[in-house]
Amino acid sequence: MIEQQIRNVVLNIIAVVAPDADLSNVKGDVRLRDQLDMDSMDFLDIVMELRKRYKIEVPKEDYPLLATLDSCVTYLAPKLKAVLAL
Amino acid sequence: MHYDAVIIGAGMSGLAAGIRLALFDKRVCIVEKHYAYGGLNSYYNLNGRRFDVGLHALTNYVPPGRRSAPLPKLLRQLRLSRDELDLCEQRGSEVRFHGRRLRFTNDLKALTDEITRGFPGDADNFVEFLERLHEVEYGEVDKDRLSARRVLSDTFHDPLLIEMLLCPVMYYGSPTEGDMEFADFATIFKSIFCEGLARPRQGIVGLLKPLVRRFRACGGKLRMQCGAERIHVRGNRVTGVKLQAGETLNCDTVLSSAGLLETMRLCDGGWMPDAGDGAAKTGRLSFVESFLVLDKRPADLGFDQTVVFFCDQDAFDYACPDEPVDLRSGVICCPNNYERHDDVPEGLVRVTWLANYDRWATLGADAYAALKRKYLEAAFDRAEKYMPAVREHVVFTDMFTPRTIESFTGHIQGAVYGSPQKCRDGRTPLENLFLCGTDQGLVGIIGALMSGVTMANRHVLAGP
Repeated sequence: MIEQQIRNVVLNIIAVVAPDADLSNVKGDVRLRDQLDMDSMDFLDIVMELRKRYKIEVPKEDYPLLATLDSCVTYLAPKLKAVLAL
Repeated sequence: MHYDAVIIGAGMSGLAAGIRLALFDKRVCIVEKHYAYGGLNSYYNLNGRRFDVGLHALTNYVPPGRRSAPLPKLLRQLRLSRDELDLCEQRGSEVRFHGRRLRFTNDLKALTDEITRGFPGDADNFVEFLERLHEVEYGEVDKDRLSARRVLSDTFHDPLLIEMLLCPVMYYGSPTEGDMEFADFATIFKSIFCEGLARPRQGIVGLLKPLVRRFRACGGKLRMQCGAERIHVRGNRVTGVKLQAGETLNCDTVLSSAGLLETMRLCDGGWMPDAGDGAAKTGRLSFVESFLVLDKRPADLGFDQTVVFFCDQDAFDYACPDEPVDLRSGVICCPNNYERHDDVPEGLVRVTWLANYDRWATLGADAYAALKRKYLEAAFDRAEKYMPAVREHVVFTDMFTPRTIESFTGHIQGAVYGSPQKCRDGRTPLENLFLCGTDQGLVGIIGALMSGVTMANRHVLAGP
């Protein structure tokens, strides 16, 4: 299922950016900053990893759209569809 | 050969900036004129021993599990694991002004209790002061440049307490004489007292090796004994870096950790042709440091402190002295007095004092050697105050001066905390030339690493 694949893309990136974060119980609708104790430097790295791995650009004004795992999926779905041949 | 970025200097800030860029597939080359990496926080081998320069302690130590402090943030940004550094906490340190002492550990409560006991009239003020410090973000820049001395004298009654709090913070460190900006004071105070001091079990190489490994593993190029001779400029952009060896590296961006004035001098034509007297921007604060190697652990000779900030007067005078060395105040550091260092075979005590570069720089070889011997004697005298039997146990000594610092790091006049003028945003008049390290504003090992990370993030990665 597309959603699950995109969730995994994001979680895999978070695992690299914040290796000590506990990813076993991430809730889709709670802000990632709050449940995983991530800060703006971590978010910059998520954006940088998306660019590095998938050549996706996320302009600064779109950063708030990555606040939760669910909103990440919504935002990234169209951008990742082509890249992942979904 | 074209690079996305050339970084001048393989010190802490250069390596950190390099890692950030290499992590995200930028083609980056670090050029370093010395044969060792580390810059102001490097090391050297002599007589089968390794000596750290710079590192007395890593500040900002927090226990594992904390995520939102500068140290864990840095480890994440640099993709280093805490385990790689093998950090050992301090055993305990003190600020000692002739009769009076303020002991402190990595538990802030120890210092708070000392102040409550020793300065009861200021106990409540200290609690409020901590709350005020808490509101200052790490590395925050204050455009109004509020004075630390001003805030301290508005907060505390006892002038001795003010001096005793300024002393360690200025040593770790202030680029300006006599006073410093309150925002910088807050950053450094919290780094030492609210967080803590630690040392990699292997010393500075315990941090340098993981940094270099990470940089290379991400594809970064590191060229040692390969100094930058010139930064080529066309219009208001840099186009490349000419190396001492002759080759030119073309690049889109240059990040320099050489220092503000030092970098200016590297640029074709200088970048501020109508600037005032260049000497006005030179940092005046440099140091001498003596290493006393002992055949016993200092703790067995009666000295169990990790770091002692000492001052023989009531007022702490942090300034370039007229004499070659100002013996009235300084820092003693004992690497043996960290946790898990009991198996280290020899003792080491380091004595650091403020020094006047000019009084050392102009001497011929014999006079220079004689002056070093004189101050090595002074180091024995100082060590004797804490370890009466120390002279019998010294097996080896070494010493460096402001001249040594300048010669190995290139920082003008050996100014370890750089110019009193900082480029807080890292920008220069040239569009694609940025500063990181000491003259960008953050000092010390953690400060330099954070500087490299933030300057690379802000000026190269987050760009269009």
